[in-house]
Amino acid sequence: MMRRRFLVMAGASGLIMPLPSGPARATPAQVAALIAELTGDATLRQGRVILDLPVMVENGNSVGMTVSVDAPVSQVHSIDVFAEGNPLPHVVRYQFGPRSGAARVATRIRLANSQTVIAVAKLTDGSCWRDSVDLYVTLAACIDALD
Amino acid sequence: MRSISVVRVLLSVPKRVKRGEAFEVKLLISHPMESGQRRDTMGQAIPRDIINSFVCTYGGEDVLRADLFPAIAANPFLDFFVVADKSAALVMTFTDDHGVVQTESVDVIVE
Repeated sequence: MMRRRFLVMAGASGLIMPLPSGPARATPAQVAALIAELTGDATLRQGRVILDLPVMVENGNSVGMTVSVDAPVSQVHSIDVFAEGNPLPHVVRYQFGPRSGAARVATRIRLANSQTVIAVAKLTDGSCWRDSVDLYVTLAACIDALD
Repeated sequence: MRSISVVRVLLSVPKRVKRGEAFEVKLLISHPMESGQRRDTMGQAIPRDIINSFVCTYGGEDVLRADLFPAIAANPFLDFFVVADKSAALVMTFTDDHGVVQTESVDVIVE
């Protein structure tokens, strides 16, 4: 009750600033630029890399994500994951060493809203491969006020 | 300032493995992974505080290097595969935004 009264007073006296129009989000163009920087001169082709994410996400705060490459791990240089609709689009980069047993890593990520997530794998022969998942997020990851 | 050195880590590593056969390693790090994108109830930005780097080696050789960004969920979980040729230590090192480094080590026996 006190809080509500304070808010009314604060609003009347101009204390409350107008909120910005939602948090900043990356754009597909920004992600495309990041990927172009990563691949360089190599052509980005569909395939080889497999991005495993649920299509319907109930809670964007923690989403299980597995990324793997259909190649011996010795031929895989790195895997990068980008989320087009997150405030900061770069999600993770994995690099594999000689003691790696498989070109496969699972983790849990945050997703700010319904969007496209892209995985890019760079192989040691210089070729680059992509996979993407379009997903719907019911409850977005917390990027505003704490409740 | 919170210190990473008290961070709890849950590890799942087989004690005995077969030579040349890939085995699975899972770890769960107890860490808020504050993204730097949130504001508190007073509208103040909450500063970013995440584990930004993870390195796993086996017998001194690289297994996996991961650059983690704020899109990694709180209490980061990693699940990956290692291949061993001899008994050695599996060493996992992670670094937070304050530059504090924490290391966890497990001895693995190759049969």
